[in-house]
Amino acid sequence: MAQVIYDHVTKRFDGVIAVNDLTLEVKDGEFLVLVGPSGCGKTTALRCLAGLEEVTSGDIIIGDRVVTHIPPKDRDIAMVFQNYALYPHMTVYENMAFGLKLRKMPKQEIDRRVKEVAEMLGIQDLLNRKPRQLSGGQRQRVALGRAIVREPQVFLMDEPLSNLDAKLRVQTRGELIKLQRRLGVTTIYVTHDQVEAMTMGHRIAVMNQGVLQQLDTPENLYDHPANLFVATFIGSPAMNIFPARVVTGEGTVRLVAGDVTLEAPAEHRGRLAEYANREVLVGIRPEDLIVQPGQVSEDRQLRLPVEIVEPLGSETLVHLRGPAGALIAKADPHLHFSPGELASVRVKIEHMHAFDPQTELALF
Amino acid sequence: MTTAPAGTVTQAVPLRLRERIRHWLDSEPVLAYLFMSPGWLILLLFMSYPFFLGIWISLTDRTVGLPSGEFVGFRNYAELLRDRTFHLTVMNTFIYGFVTVPFKLVLGLLLALLLNQAFPMRNVLRAALLLPWIVPTALSSLAWLMLYDAVLSPFSWLLKNWGLIESNIAFLGTRTNAIISLCIANIWRGTPFFAVAILAGLQAVPQELHEAAAIEGANRVQRFLAVTLPVIKGILVITTLFSIIWTFADFQLVYVLTKGGPANSTHIFGTYAWQIGIGGAGKLGIGAAISLYMFPVLAVLSAILLRYVRSQEA
Ligand SMILES: Nc1ncnc2c1ncn2[C@@H]1O[C@H](COP(=O)(O)OP(=O)(O)O)[C@@H](O)[C@H]1O
Ligand SMILES: [Mg+2]
Repeated sequence: MAQVIYDHVTKRFDGVIAVNDLTLEVKDGEFLVLVGPSGCGKTTALRCLAGLEEVTSGDIIIGDRVVTHIPPKDRDIAMVFQNYALYPHMTVYENMAFGLKLRKMPKQEIDRRVKEVAEMLGIQDLLNRKPRQLSGGQRQRVALGRAIVREPQVFLMDEPLSNLDAKLRVQTRGELIKLQRRLGVTTIYVTHDQVEAMTMGHRIAVMNQGVLQQLDTPENLYDHPANLFVATFIGSPAMNIFPARVVTGEGTVRLVAGDVTLEAPAEHRGRLAEYANREVLVGIRPEDLIVQPGQVSEDRQLRLPVEIVEPLGSETLVHLRGPAGALIAKADPHLHFSPGELASVRVKIEHMHAFDPQTELALF
Repeated sequence: MTTAPAGTVTQAVPLRLRERIRHWLDSEPVLAYLFMSPGWLILLLFMSYPFFLGIWISLTDRTVGLPSGEFVGFRNYAELLRDRTFHLTVMNTFIYGFVTVPFKLVLGLLLALLLNQAFPMRNVLRAALLLPWIVPTALSSLAWLMLYDAVLSPFSWLLKNWGLIESNIAFLGTRTNAIISLCIANIWRGTPFFAVAILAGLQAVPQELHEAAAIEGANRVQRFLAVTLPVIKGILVITTLFSIIWTFADFQLVYVLTKGGPANSTHIFGTYAWQIGIGGAGKLGIGAAISLYMFPVLAVLSAILLRYVRSQEA
């Protein structure tokens, strides 16, 4: 068990900066998720930590050792690969025992550990099978088991659930969380799936184009995204973004976008006043738009035409014609909307976000 | 189908025949044999016919001058058993076939491992590697003939220059020397086949497996044994068996370099069969018998090969 530190780590492949000045501290026993769109450098960051890639600059620390130039085998880590990387000619047992044998562990001890972990993962009946005789889910477990038996200081996992079907993925996700909490081993988990990130991580590091955007708890990422990228990446469907002009009046600050006018929340008036008569980007999550069909009582602030209705069962997504492009709202599935009709929309102003249009940093 | 009205009975017969043929063609076993028949025909025409003709000739006293020989039973085979040159030939073939292969295997493996590393100009070198195998053996054998020349050999010249030997080596002059020389030339020619086949296998080893093993603590040798070897094992077995078979059935290299000499002491099956059957005496019957003595060995090797390939498919 150990902490992990990336200290200004940069990894450059000829021409491409895959990881750009990454500084990140993972606490002992923490489940940290690295999330970001495909190609943002998650895998590279993980491989640098594993020692499979030499960093271009910066340092990596595991526990209290600087491991930047130490070979993978001496870093005391275990990695679960996306395609599992099980040794095809070895049985499940041999796959799990391989690393222990290399460490010259006594046979009985190997046997005890392999069986214990196999039991823990429910694969004790598969020990004599070869990987090709296993289902995707079983292989995934074996890959996990192979990592666990070694009792390493850190687990590294690169999209370990992405090859499973949707149902199994959700189930395994839950088991993996329980397992990690139980073993308490520092875990760095890479995924491009923000739902996985939100449900699994103690903290989440959001990356984009090799740069760390924000490192925070799931709640804070959702409630207080640091910039436009994080705001739109976390949450599904993505946060609605539209430009609005800041108009200050006697004791009020309003945001005007086309024929839509929103009263700014009182606690953010000061911050917005700096942008008086200029534009900001307003962000509102679909779940913060309370939408009802037709015309309802007076406190509804907006009336917008419905364009598309997507019933998902547990909720209905209503695409409204907003001031600049579509606004998506999450609605009660029992309400009935028809394209072309007007809907009444109330904005939960207290959950509104605003971003600087140039820096894209969050104002609030 | 058989509900034709009474008045049209005469038409019903061809209709039913066509129906039956169509039905027949729908059956998978029938179709399978139908599709296989061209292959069978080619095999029969170009492989089986010469093979059985060879067996027939080996049982006659046919000669080049007298194409219609008499049936003599196993006399040709019996005669060979008493032939000292034939004894030598058998021994030479086994030496030639079994001694060269381990060298080709190890050298080919080393070359493949080397060429699987990343380095500049790798592709050029990979292509160049194939040369000994691509160049017609008759040509490359001539080059070796020059290298082994009793007077002009550059090997001798070099070694003399370095003061390692006093006089030229008779590379092809004695039986021992000649066989060693033949083996070296054969190894040179056969190694690229191993290297290329193994290289193809090495490229099929997923990089992730190496990385997983490296993280688990395996060094290079352990990774080779645990990850690489199991993947290329099949290729090693198959190339080895192929190589033995080809070397057994070789002709060109020996024919160009020694013609079986000195004093008929370096023949292998191919060259001796040619010399007896066509070259010198023209005794077709005995020549055929010599070739056919090779058959059991090749048959066993082929059977092992086929069994292995099938077991891998399962
Ligand atoms: N071995 C490599 N050689 C060159 N470029 C690479 C290599 N590995 C990754 N990259 C590049 O680095 C960037 C980040 O890749 P990666 O870490 O795999 O992203 P992710 O895992 O987030 O999808 C990509 O632009 C990718 O093309
Ligand atoms: Mg990746």
